[in-house]
Amino acid sequence: MSVASAASYAGVDFYQVDSLLTEEERAIRDTVRTWVEENLIPVIGDAYVTGKFPKQLIPGLAELGVLGANLPEEYGCAGLGNVAYGLIMQELERGDSGIRSFASVQGGLVMYPIYAFGSEEQKKYWLPRLAKAEEIGCFGLTEPDFGSNPGGMITTARETKDGWVLNGTKMWITNGSQATVAVVWAKTGAVDDQKSIRGFIVPTNSKGFTGKDQKGKLSLRASDTSELHLEDVHLPKDALLPKSGGLKSPLMCLTQARYGISWGTLGAAMACYDEAVRYSKNRVMFGKPIGATQIQQVRLADMLTEITKAQLLVLQLGRMKDAGTMTPQHVSLAKRNNCNIACDIAREARRLLGANGILAEYHSMRHMANLESVYTYEGTHDMHSLILGQDITGFGAF
Amino acid sequence: MKIAVCLKRVPDTTTKIVVGAGGKSIDEAGVKFVPNPYDEYAVEAAIALKEKAGAGETVVVSLGGDAAQETIRTALAMGIDRGVLLKGDGSADGLEVARVLAAELNGGGYDLILFGKMAVDDYHHAVGVMVGEILGLPVLSSVSALRVEGGTVGGEREIEGGVEVLAAALPAVVTTDKGVNTPRLPSLKGIMAAKKKPLEVKPVSLGAGTMVVTGLSLPPERQAGRIVGEGPDAAAVLAQLLRTEAKVI
Repeated sequence: MSVASAASYAGVDFYQVDSLLTEEERAIRDTVRTWVEENLIPVIGDAYVTGKFPKQLIPGLAELGVLGANLPEEYGCAGLGNVAYGLIMQELERGDSGIRSFASVQGGLVMYPIYAFGSEEQKKYWLPRLAKAEEIGCFGLTEPDFGSNPGGMITTARETKDGWVLNGTKMWITNGSQATVAVVWAKTGAVDDQKSIRGFIVPTNSKGFTGKDQKGKLSLRASDTSELHLEDVHLPKDALLPKSGGLKSPLMCLTQARYGISWGTLGAAMACYDEAVRYSKNRVMFGKPIGATQIQQVRLADMLTEITKAQLLVLQLGRMKDAGTMTPQHVSLAKRNNCNIACDIAREARRLLGANGILAEYHSMRHMANLESVYTYEGTHDMHSLILGQDITGFGAF
Repeated sequence: MKIAVCLKRVPDTTTKIVVGAGGKSIDEAGVKFVPNPYDEYAVEAAIALKEKAGAGETVVVSLGGDAAQETIRTALAMGIDRGVLLKGDGSADGLEVARVLAAELNGGGYDLILFGKMAVDDYHHAVGVMVGEILGLPVLSSVSALRVEGGTVGGEREIEGGVEVLAAALPAVVTTDKGVNTPRLPSLKGIMAAKKKPLEVKPVSLGAGTMVVTGLSLPPERQAGRIVGEGPDAAAVLAQLLRTEAKVI
């Protein structure tokens, strides 16, 4: 916080939730907030409009230590608790969902599976490089015809005498075009054998591997979303993540990423609320600030209420994750709720901003459009309803 | 090289200040506190000098209540090696504060003692300079450039229409101004490491001093603007009002 640029964004804390955080958690949150204010906010509008991921920010993110920040220090990571990690995601997505997605994928979907399912050699080699962003990762699970049903995937891995051969197509892959390494999930057995799903570390310069930008997105425009093709990609034996086994392994990764999303979408909601409050006090219509009208006050009261509930939700979720009592169903509830309220808040903020609300100069409509993707990816809102429904009743309704 | 940095905990410059009951201090409820921004330049300078030298020790010293520990931890997270909290009620009188700081720094073997040129909460511009005086050390105040070579510290001070180039033999006191560097953000690993760095708490007592704050008031609310007319005729009216009412021309 230099003399010149004291951050003007102060977050939202109506219920003194700050008092439930440790000093380090607050310091980490404030540091990332300052970084976002100084580095991301000035460039994000342009990056979004031009449809380019602001890759010049990657070294700064790595230097700050946000990539895989909740993984242990022995692998070059920051070794943070899960609430601190969540707060990082909150602050990044306060800037833009695309930047948070980059960090979520690198940390939760690439570093985490290597950490959880990798050999000691794989961990020692890859994790420090990924933490420093010397390598950029992507996660290949979803396929053109298998989104909500990843167990149906048709990508195959066939064992040869000296390694593996992978074939298949993956879609909606964040970081796909800029990645130097992909964690790819494939079936080593029959096409109906979900238990045969294994994870592979695939350098993207492998022969037969191509990543292609998906064009025409109206959401997450400042994020790299790609299609991956694997055509007879030959890999050595040690490309396999030895401890991965079955659909459960990639789902464990998704639990990590969804956890981060629960926090991240809250950040986007807070950004929109903050913008709406400021605008409502400054915008004068009929001789008074629009914030002095009942209709805008109802909007703001609804936003603040949902944000406050969501803050308490993710904080408890984080404490449970640290305690080892968090289940995937707990994460589903938070992901489902927080994406949903963030979508609503972004839309209401955009409406409160009137015509100005459609400009890239303001943030709400960008968040609104981004959040439609976040609502849909990492388990759609509806899929999380079914996960909860199954947990409540014992009946699977997929 | 052994470097001390004196650091003050102050309200965030973006905080909306409310005058407390009694009218002599601010109401601290809900106020976010940060390291004094000018002191952050001093912290950055200390860390950068040690990094350049490749050896040495950096120590941050703060006078204040228990809450100042959080401020000290921020400096430790940026890279300062250890902290000392002189626990006591800050006096309004800068000289009393300077005496307590000087007593702590005296005999510490410091080659360089750094301060921000002022604290943004009281604008005294005084404590760093007074500590130098008490310790009998040369003082380079308000420097916007800083170098240490051999046993000499050099600095530049921006003055009206030019730059004053200063030098003194070490040990010395330097107070830093904007422009001297860009303070780094602590890394997340740095924040975690700060927890494990030593932070010594020493109770101190301050004299009442000879200067007291008798009142604190907020600047008057800004008046709403008004439109004096339209077209060429309005220009004369506007000029007249700027001269007689606003008194700016």
